[in-house]
Amino acid sequence: MAKVTVDGIEVEVPNGSSVLQACEAAGIEIPRFCYHERLSVAGNCRMCMVEIEKAPPKPHASCAFPVNDGMVVHTDTPMVRAARRAAMEFLLINHPLDCPICDQGGECDLQDQAVAYGKDGSRYAENKRAVKDKNIGPLVQTVMTRCIHCTRCIRFITEVAGVPDLGATARGENMEVGTYVQKALGSELSGNLIDLCPVGALTSKPYAFTARPWELRKTDSVDVLDAVGCNIRVDTRGPEVLRILPRLNEDVNEEWLGDKSRFSIDGLKRRRVDTPWVKRDGTLQKATWPAAFAAIAAKLKGVAGARIGAIAGDLCDAESMLALKDLMASLGSQNLDCRQDGAKLDAARRDFYVFNSSIAGIEEADAILIVGSDPRHEAPVLNARIRKRFVAGNIPVGVIGPTGDLTYKTQHLGDTPSVLAALIAGSLPFAEVLKAAKKPMIILGQGALVGIDGAAVLAACWQLAATVGALSAEWHGFNVLHTAAARVGALDLGFLPGPGGKDLAGMLGGGVDVLWLLGADEFDTSKIGANTFVVYQGHHGDAGAARADVILPGAAYTEKNGTYVNTEGRVQRGQLAVYPPGEAREDWKILRAFSEVAGHPLPYDDLAALRARLEQVNPVFARVGFLPRFACTDQTAPVGNPTLASTTPFPLAVANYYKTDQISRASPTMTICTETYVTPKLAAAE
Amino acid sequence: MADNHITAEHGAAAVEPTSFEFDAQSNAAIERILKKFPAGKQASAVLPLLDLVQRQMKRQTGSAWVPRVAMDETARRLDMAPIRVYEVATFYLMFNTKPVGTYHLQVCTTTPCWLRGSDQVVKTCRDVTGIKGWGETSADGAFTITEVECLGACVNAPVLQVNDDFYEDMDADSTKALLEALKRGEPPPVGSMTGRQGSAPDGGPQTLTTLAPSTGD
Repeated sequence: MAKVTVDGIEVEVPNGSSVLQACEAAGIEIPRFCYHERLSVAGNCRMCMVEIEKAPPKPHASCAFPVNDGMVVHTDTPMVRAARRAAMEFLLINHPLDCPICDQGGECDLQDQAVAYGKDGSRYAENKRAVKDKNIGPLVQTVMTRCIHCTRCIRFITEVAGVPDLGATARGENMEVGTYVQKALGSELSGNLIDLCPVGALTSKPYAFTARPWELRKTDSVDVLDAVGCNIRVDTRGPEVLRILPRLNEDVNEEWLGDKSRFSIDGLKRRRVDTPWVKRDGTLQKATWPAAFAAIAAKLKGVAGARIGAIAGDLCDAESMLALKDLMASLGSQNLDCRQDGAKLDAARRDFYVFNSSIAGIEEADAILIVGSDPRHEAPVLNARIRKRFVAGNIPVGVIGPTGDLTYKTQHLGDTPSVLAALIAGSLPFAEVLKAAKKPMIILGQGALVGIDGAAVLAACWQLAATVGALSAEWHGFNVLHTAAARVGALDLGFLPGPGGKDLAGMLGGGVDVLWLLGADEFDTSKIGANTFVVYQGHHGDAGAARADVILPGAAYTEKNGTYVNTEGRVQRGQLAVYPPGEAREDWKILRAFSEVAGHPLPYDDLAALRARLEQVNPVFARVGFLPRFACTDQTAPVGNPTLASTTPFPLAVANYYKTDQISRASPTMTICTETYVTPKLAAAE
Repeated sequence: MADNHITAEHGAAAVEPTSFEFDAQSNAAIERILKKFPAGKQASAVLPLLDLVQRQMKRQTGSAWVPRVAMDETARRLDMAPIRVYEVATFYLMFNTKPVGTYHLQVCTTTPCWLRGSDQVVKTCRDVTGIKGWGETSADGAFTITEVECLGACVNAPVLQVNDDFYEDMDADSTKALLEALKRGEPPPVGSMTGRQGSAPDGGPQTLTTLAPSTGD
């Protein structure tokens, strides 16, 4: 530790910290453009100048100056102010004065810092330089004349995203940031460039000229379009969600967000179900809530509990799933399932189905085996964390399954479950790598669990984890990576077939007479029996609604207060940012209202009572936000015979990252992304 | 942005070759160059490799330049991201990212050369070749004129670099004679056009012409 005095405030910072970090520790804000705490230090904007006693008598770039014990730093002297003013004047020489038409206006670092260090006039009378805009894909708009060459975007895309597409070509006044060869940025994290850019050079293309930041109402929430549970801020104006930005959470998403989660919001306004529909004479017709409830109640009359079933979708909040489960219980049904993809998850114990090492724990791992998963497309933010670990220390990463480029170096061990058997037997060299590791991680994707031998794969992975010492009192290296935001919450609630209950496959093909789909669209709805009466409760007119006999309009994740459990098992709460459109209502309220009509009123009238019931069902719901790390105390394996016979390659759980759920399927932006990124890849593969 | 096709944003898209491969001579040189760098640090060889590209293009096409496909090939050989090679190739002005003429006239216009009359050299170059602006190539493809900064031969200013060769002590007449000779395909000997040896004084040595007398003490 080094003792540093900043403007008379004494702080202690770790050796190797920069002066800027010491200033921040002292609570003094240093202006900066190029410095970013998650990127390498560039030191080229010269805005963070400070004066350091006993150092050469000149301003020093604090971001690139290491601290020394006993250092005395001044951040507000005439020299410092003059230096920053000079840096600002140089930056503004070529920066256009187009703030009134710039989307960054109001949340622009350059604008803010110009207030402190800018001059009211310019001494520069020559022509400003103009730079041609680049087309770098459908998500990021470029106005390169505004670029101040901080190189944050270049460093982010190279270091964090691991897709080195951006660079600074030419030099001096001709220097340009771009791809040189025109192409769309090949990263699923490209939206973060918009947040990183301190000026208006990189802004959001879909959001262009839509709103000013001060017009927006900000609501803290949680993302549900993958299972990472990224913390987000939903920016709304009136009834419209205008944009979604990541919110800092060091344990989950740091400050990143995947492109799908950020840009799918235009899907929230399209293909929405905003009024109840009831099928009469073979066609769906608009109806009122009482009429829709009456139609369901009439159908339910006389149907035995065993002939009623419910399937929960991938975006559901825990509250609505619990309400549906309780409703089904009151109707005498044990037919529940949340595994639309048929993943053979074992809910006997929580550590069989969560990401036990935790996302932050990835940074402690020293060997990783990825089984049947493509984290880059299933959970891009989590993949960035694996890459962060890889960059920090070049750890061995083994992959089983047809995974593409994960943005870090991997060792492909094979595509089939039989590789697992070889690893357990120790006949592959990678088994030794895992054994030698102190904190080995095994990441098991949904692709590995959907096959007929899914249960065997689950058991085999557990056995492998036990064999290589990943299950110890200090470290739990068995991790299941989910793709559905609702899945872990549903498993925690036990939204699974009860004793003698039917699972998804059992409910299809006429296995039940009444089937309640709670936002469930991700299975083959054509397999539902022809005589099954389908109630679809959800927010989008997707596959489930197309097959439904009654449609109940629900709320999307931005329109309800909901609890979600991410793949780690972290309980997080999303908040209502806008009200559901039209007649649509929050899902648990719909179920509560229907229970009254059905004659079995659910025992909760408000959200607090429902959440109390959640905690009663599973105490994990009482622990919101915080996730303690668990060691492995019980090495008993999940059911399933780990001796594997299958040689079928693992399928990929996510074929098209940009379209995985009702919201992103309805999103025009995601359609453009699919055309840009996925279609050419598929065409090339053929 | 429906398609992801690659089109050159800079440089001459129309003349961009579709492929580039190092020939045997270049490959032999690459092997020699890569030995100078420790394993895993081969990216350091990007400058010499780009130079090889430019020389090979000169051999093969008569125009010394670095096409984008060659940058891609260099990136592949050195296991680098292509953008990192683009950055280097565009940073150093000695790499031509557009085709140049057979004779690349690089006129130094930095202060010493300018004081000694580089304006005359520039004007003559333009008059003789018919080229109007910097970086342009004459209609017959023989000449390209580029303005360069100090070439480090200030003692013999003004300097005109033709491809790799320095022609020094230029003036309007000698520039014209040089260009005419180049047009005929007869490059004159390199060095000072006034005939002085190296950077020796005009008209031969003027000091130390005799041995200094011994002062004796």
